[in-house]
Amino acid sequence: MKEIGTLKVKTGLAEMLKGGVIMDVTNAEQAKVAEDAGAVAVMALERVPADIRADGGVARMADPEKIMEIQETVSIPVMAKARIGHFVEAQVLQALEVDYIDESEVLTPADEANHIDKWAFDVPFVCGALNLGEALRRVAEGAAMIRTKGEAGTGNVVEAVRHMRTIMGQVRWLGGLEESELFRAAKELQAPYELVRWVAENGKLPVVNFSAGGLATPADAALMMQLGAEGVFVGSGIFKSEDPSGRAKAMVEAATHFEDPEILARVSRGLKSAMAGLEIGTLGAENLIQNRGW
Amino acid sequence: MVATRPTVGVLALQGAFREHGLVLRGLGAEVREVRLATQLEGLDALVIPGGESTTMGKLMESYGLTEPLRRFAAGHPVLGSCAGLILLSRRTAEGAQPLLGMLDITVRRNAFGRQLHSFEGPVQLRFPGRPAETFPGVFIRSPWVEETGPGVEIIATYEDRIVGVRQGNLLGVAFHPELTDDNRIHRYFLEMAAEAAGSGAVETEVA
Repeated sequence: MKEIGTLKVKTGLAEMLKGGVIMDVTNAEQAKVAEDAGAVAVMALERVPADIRADGGVARMADPEKIMEIQETVSIPVMAKARIGHFVEAQVLQALEVDYIDESEVLTPADEANHIDKWAFDVPFVCGALNLGEALRRVAEGAAMIRTKGEAGTGNVVEAVRHMRTIMGQVRWLGGLEESELFRAAKELQAPYELVRWVAENGKLPVVNFSAGGLATPADAALMMQLGAEGVFVGSGIFKSEDPSGRAKAMVEAATHFEDPEILARVSRGLKSAMAGLEIGTLGAENLIQNRGW
Repeated sequence: MVATRPTVGVLALQGAFREHGLVLRGLGAEVREVRLATQLEGLDALVIPGGESTTMGKLMESYGLTEPLRRFAAGHPVLGSCAGLILLSRRTAEGAQPLLGMLDITVRRNAFGRQLHSFEGPVQLRFPGRPAETFPGVFIRSPWVEETGPGVEIIATYEDRIVGVRQGNLLGVAFHPELTDDNRIHRYFLEMAAEAAGSGAVETEVA
């Protein structure tokens, strides 16, 4: 009668993370800073996206030893990234009992056609998406949580806004269609008809949707929440800033009080410098991380 | 008994507060989200949802909610699920973290293990004075209750573990009734709220 790995417990953990901030960390010390600031979970990875972007080379799953150190240090959920399509990295992460696997475009893809069959795992997956079609393809593959991609490692929120507005707009568009038009909509979105129909009827994604990629300030976090994100991922934005602990705490408070400008003004004060940030237009299309994933 | 519908607050610092609100509204309650102490005014009862207990505890402390929540819980029905149960408790097996310290129990966090061990399974419900019943338990990195003090009634078990308790006007469960279609626990909680309001217990129980 005891069932593990059910869709309800997979999506259920994402429900419990809502309204919270998930922070990228590369070691146990950073994980502790994140937990003390009030993070709802940490994401273990080898290098934060800003460093991956700067250093180049192939970005892979983190060293299991680092992940275990982080697990021993904090009591909050520990997530870790696997390369797109790299189902053996995912097997390793499940064996380590990470709480969520992020099949992430931030790492170098291992398969340029297929994502991981996430139904084959008991540990839940979160995946990135630029638009509703991509989100629903990931859900069809078994993702229990979605995050909009944004443009990781830039400290620039513009792409996160674009992707959240795109998804929320497409959800509203589906809601206005007649039943007979949903078949064509499924074809246009390149997503399974049943999921398209579910979204049209319920006016939301079938799983929790967070925002990620380029958030650097408390106001960025609140902006994404007001646009419809159910929580936020912050990657380089915290540990590439001048005062990671203070900024992390401010972003946690901003995610809770995202509709209260007076509190947002107070938590935004005196945070020292945010990460430097990059103009998206200067990167060139071939350097955009968001275009990885299919 | 009260004729008006109860106004129930849901602590909305973080976690699955919307899901509790949906169930309570479906049962006819008026629901308000609570993020600041002033928002406790005028409530008949409060739900502390599941989420991350460390995150919620820190936000409670930073925003001056801990004492007001203690005062509220001393005189009104409060339901805590999962992280909410932890926050209501006096002690955790792991040690220091911000707690309300109202329920005389010791809780072990993530007692069933990490997410890989999260599960669905049948819970035995035993509401005081009622026959035992089975409830669909959804356990997500859930705690269990390791010790109970005098005056704490065990209302739910999973196998040989305590996963639900009642102490006066406080109700706590380690699982997530708000993620199921079964509203018996919320119904029971609203009955507690109606009784408290009807008997004037709201005033007399304040310590």
